[in-house]
Amino acid sequence: MILARATDATRRYGDVLALDRINLDVHAGELVGLLGPNGAGKSTLVSLLTGVRRPTSGTVELCGGDPRDPAHRRALGVTPQETGLPGALRVGEVVDFVRAHFPDPLGRAELLDRFGLSDLVRRQTGGLSGGQKRRVAVALAFVGRPRVVFLDEPTTGLDVEARHALWDGIRAFHADGGTVVLTSHYLEEIEALARRVVVIGGGRVLADDTVAAVRGLVAIRRVSLTVPVPLPDLPGVVGAERDGDRTHLLTGDADRLVRDLVARDVPFTELEVRPTSLEEAFLTLTSA
Amino acid sequence: MTSLALTHARFQLLETFRIPMALIGSAFFPAASMIFFVVPFVGSDPVYATYATASMVTFVVMTSNLFQYGIGVAEDRAQPWDPYARTLPAGAAPRFAGRILAGLVLMGVSLVPVVVIAAVATEATITVPGLLAAILVVALIAVPFTLMGLAIGYSLPAKAAIVLAQVLFFPLAFGGGLMTAPGSAPGFVETIAPYLPTGAAVRLMWAAVGDFPIQPASIAALVLWTAALAGVAVWAYRRDEGRRFS
Repeated sequence: MILARATDATRRYGDVLALDRINLDVHAGELVGLLGPNGAGKSTLVSLLTGVRRPTSGTVELCGGDPRDPAHRRALGVTPQETGLPGALRVGEVVDFVRAHFPDPLGRAELLDRFGLSDLVRRQTGGLSGGQKRRVAVALAFVGRPRVVFLDEPTTGLDVEARHALWDGIRAFHADGGTVVLTSHYLEEIEALARRVVVIGGGRVLADDTVAAVRGLVAIRRVSLTVPVPLPDLPGVVGAERDGDRTHLLTGDADRLVRDLVARDVPFTELEVRPTSLEEAFLTLTSA
Repeated sequence: MTSLALTHARFQLLETFRIPMALIGSAFFPAASMIFFVVPFVGSDPVYATYATASMVTFVVMTSNLFQYGIGVAEDRAQPWDPYARTLPAGAAPRFAGRILAGLVLMGVSLVPVVVIAAVATEATITVPGLLAAILVVALIAVPFTLMGLAIGYSLPAKAAIVLAQVLFFPLAFGGGLMTAPGSAPGFVETIAPYLPTGAAVRLMWAAVGDFPIQPASIAALVLWTAALAGVAVWAYRRDEGRRFS
């Protein structure tokens, strides 16, 4: 059964094309990671699937219907951005407010206990630490006993212990048959939780595969060197650029590239090998 | 749906009451105007005190709605909580109804000091039918100012909304004749006032509490203003969805 689906979904903001004919199916029981740099279109895609906006063209479905119809959002849980909690209100009041929207919500005490927030129930959200706000935000996604949750960067900024506690909570929800769509621009977070990764860049799906396969795709290294002569054709180079007298080569196998440079007697100096940022890796994926 | 609207109203009111300065601000100015301008100058004349109280009530209805919705909506739109609330399984109606309910409560709170001061410290008088008519008129004239606030709040960012609400409220108050007794405003104000939303509103209030004649052209102007402001508010609300995060 498909819980969330985008079919040729396009979304424009004026002249800006945020999503370009995206297709995505999320089946019941999946734990999918949406990975992409800032501005790639992840948030826009989530806002379409959760009914906050409508697509400019194409269709989106949630639980078998239009997500803009509130009835189809009864089995949906979403995290607010932590900065968005109403600062003057207490944690318990915010939870009660969200509970009022669902037919069969979790009890307040049960929810707070599950996320280790029981001590904070009387605290105003504006006075919480960043990590506490984040935990409240994630807890809110689970108030309505959802079948599918959309978690936006759920553990960014948490310390290791809190992060693992939250990951355990998400895994437990998934083990009970829950469906999770996780957005992040950190591969580590997606790796820890998801089986399937959908890489989004420039408003398109660049890759939709297992974590291992995507890891290979984005594990690109940057080899920089100064060479006085033109470089020979080297196998395994997926991108090259010149910057003054420096040449930067992008490759999936830096060890082999360096061996080749040496074997071919390229008179290089100042060799440097660095991991690329995810953004650079995505650029490579986009242009490939 | 009804209980959810009440939940939303409660949520909004809690936020406001937790920062009491906001409340004091909206109740203080009208109360202070009553004490400093109405009580000493016309407080001993029953007719003028009653008209002046009606003017001040109209003033509160305008400022309370203009600022609450104009600035409140614009600020809420800037908060990430708003898009989150839109993912909850409820349509726009309970949220909207809750906001209007909360607005009415806060308007009522701001009106209390004006009415109490008029009753205690002036010779203002009102009959029971007059009071009921006045309450009805307050409900009616709250509509165009609510729409004006919503139009501003949904079409402008918070900082611009604050400025526009502040720029609008004084000329509207003065031009509508809220600062002067019936018939004694400067000539050009007397000419335009019946056709401004404030002037038309206060004329209805005067007619409710005293012998002021009802002016059909002025009522027609108020209806037109209401329709026009509703058009702008709906347009701004619809436009808002697509623009906010571009």
